[in-house]
Amino acid sequence: MLKSQGRDLISNRARMARLIYLAPGLTYIAIFMIIPLGILIFYTFFTRGTYGGVDFIFTLENYRRALDWLYLSVLLESILIAATTTILAFLIGFPVAYAITKLPSNWQNIMLVLIVLPFWSNFLIRTYAWIVLLNTQGFLNQGLINLGVLDQPLSLLYNPGAIVLGLLYAYIPLMILPIYSALVRIDPSLTESAINLGATTTQAFRQITLPLALPGVLVGSIFVFVPSIGNFIVPELLGGGKTVMVGNLIRDQFLKARDWPFGSVLALSMVFMLLMLFILQARVNRRVGSNG
Amino acid sequence: MRNSSKGMLAIIASAALFVLTGCGGSGSSSAKLDADADLASQKLTVSIWAAYSPEDLPSKFEEKFGTKVTITNHATNEEVMAKLTAGGDSGIDVAFVSGQFAQALAQQGLIENLDKSFIPNSANLVPEVANLTYDLGNKYSMPYAWGTTGICYRADLMKGNEPTSWNDLLMPKPQFKGKVTMLATERWLMLPAQKALGFSANTQDESEMNQVKDLLIKAKANLLAYDDTTFYERLVSGEAVMVEAWDGWCNYGIAKNKNIKFMVPKEGSDLWADTMVVLKSSKNKEAAHAFINYILDKDVHSWVVDNILYKVPNSAAMEKSLPALAADFPNMTISPSELLKGEGLVDLGKAAPLYTRIATEVTAK
Repeated sequence: MLKSQGRDLISNRARMARLIYLAPGLTYIAIFMIIPLGILIFYTFFTRGTYGGVDFIFTLENYRRALDWLYLSVLLESILIAATTTILAFLIGFPVAYAITKLPSNWQNIMLVLIVLPFWSNFLIRTYAWIVLLNTQGFLNQGLINLGVLDQPLSLLYNPGAIVLGLLYAYIPLMILPIYSALVRIDPSLTESAINLGATTTQAFRQITLPLALPGVLVGSIFVFVPSIGNFIVPELLGGGKTVMVGNLIRDQFLKARDWPFGSVLALSMVFMLLMLFILQARVNRRVGSNG
Repeated sequence: MRNSSKGMLAIIASAALFVLTGCGGSGSSSAKLDADADLASQKLTVSIWAAYSPEDLPSKFEEKFGTKVTITNHATNEEVMAKLTAGGDSGIDVAFVSGQFAQALAQQGLIENLDKSFIPNSANLVPEVANLTYDLGNKYSMPYAWGTTGICYRADLMKGNEPTSWNDLLMPKPQFKGKVTMLATERWLMLPAQKALGFSANTQDESEMNQVKDLLIKAKANLLAYDDTTFYERLVSGEAVMVEAWDGWCNYGIAKNKNIKFMVPKEGSDLWADTMVVLKSSKNKEAAHAFINYILDKDVHSWVVDNILYKVPNSAAMEKSLPALAADFPNMTISPSELLKGEGLVDLGKAAPLYTRIATEVTAK
């Protein structure tokens, strides 16, 4: 009896401490995430004010409009572009991360710094740099023409491929870093014992390294997919404004159409979709965890 | 669990309350200004496009009137509109917005009717400014710069095929396909097709706008890109030969390459104006009026002509600056009466979502 009371006291105190540690983060999330999200949800049920803002006339029309094929096709195209970017980031990022783990440790640090180095300069400037490189009068085209490889410049920019390229370049470090940190934690004795027990290196890689790196791959994929699907600068600059992504669509509803309620529905559906993605990631993670 | 969901509800409810109260109340009364107000005790926050006013403007104004001026920058009309219409006090006293946006702000009761007796330099303005359709008689806005939209092109690369019509831009000859850009901002995205089809640039007619949409979708196949910011650079590099452009921006290209020319298509074009407005929420209205008056001084206002290469509707400032620029930049000599032949852009009100939808349909195609 006494004993269990004592345990309650301790767990109460522990709970209290946990709450205190979490308080700054929770307050931050409540003020800058939950309340704005509440406002967003609240707005979705009302009518557009002619000059911005909302008129408080209840409607479900905004939700109906979001199902219009025009907006669904924009969403599908965005998913396609973000997914392509994520897959390419994985295909390029995994070998890079794997190779880094095989380097001597001081070289590993240098490589990691080099990978985050692009973040030291402004994102917009780096995006404009691609235009300078790839436009028909740019370095690449003119260089190849001068070398006699081409007689006509290639149209490398202002298409969905250029958008994928820009997003891939911008976000690939976010794929490499989590994969690296997952790979570097794998105990080398695991693969060694597998090989000693007769596994080939390919088998050891597929059955030990890859599954153990999976949580890192998932985190990296989310880190690349989420900012890619919401990006509206790259479609505008490298896509030449000829492809619309969800980010552009939402921004235009708020700023150009002054249709806050409809913009809120679109923004909310993005939040919902990303939430589903996080839940999926957590599920897969848990399954991997329980198997290991 | 129950507790936490109750807490959530409370948060949402209080957020809703916050929004409701934040958006309340907007009457329409004219400013009552105090002629003896101490300007040195007032502070001004001015929102303007980056690099659109002299860098030393705040210090010069403070030197003269003792008022501390803070400049904040916005990239687009839409951005500053979002700040000004978000409810509550934006903290901005004077905002620079295009005419149709000044009109929208006035409709919402967010800006003050100006007291001209505090803006004696408004006498420098050309009489034509009273006919600007977004604000007849300049009740709530003072024009800062104005101009029109046309085609900016490389005369050397288009010899014998110089554009004369919006159709030359929308349906370029085969050798120019893929070397054309159009403006991306909705109103100017629509303008070439609206004018080519003989419609008003302010049309709210859905069937007219559907024809505009069809034409723009056809034109998209011939475009290099939609571009609001670097189109003149593309002419300089030769990546493009012909771009839809605002007159002043074409001048930046002309400054780098004399083969670049500007023309207004025969179907006509728009008349745009950037204006200065005073927010109703401002507590520094005397200083705000003094600031606008200071801008309209010929020596201050001519800075825009000399450095931005925009026309200003200020006859004193134009007389001062034009002689040095007229030869190099012919579009600077477009007279006020010629400019007024262009159709003034007015706010679309309820039709704004129609334009956004069509812009999305065109660009997402």
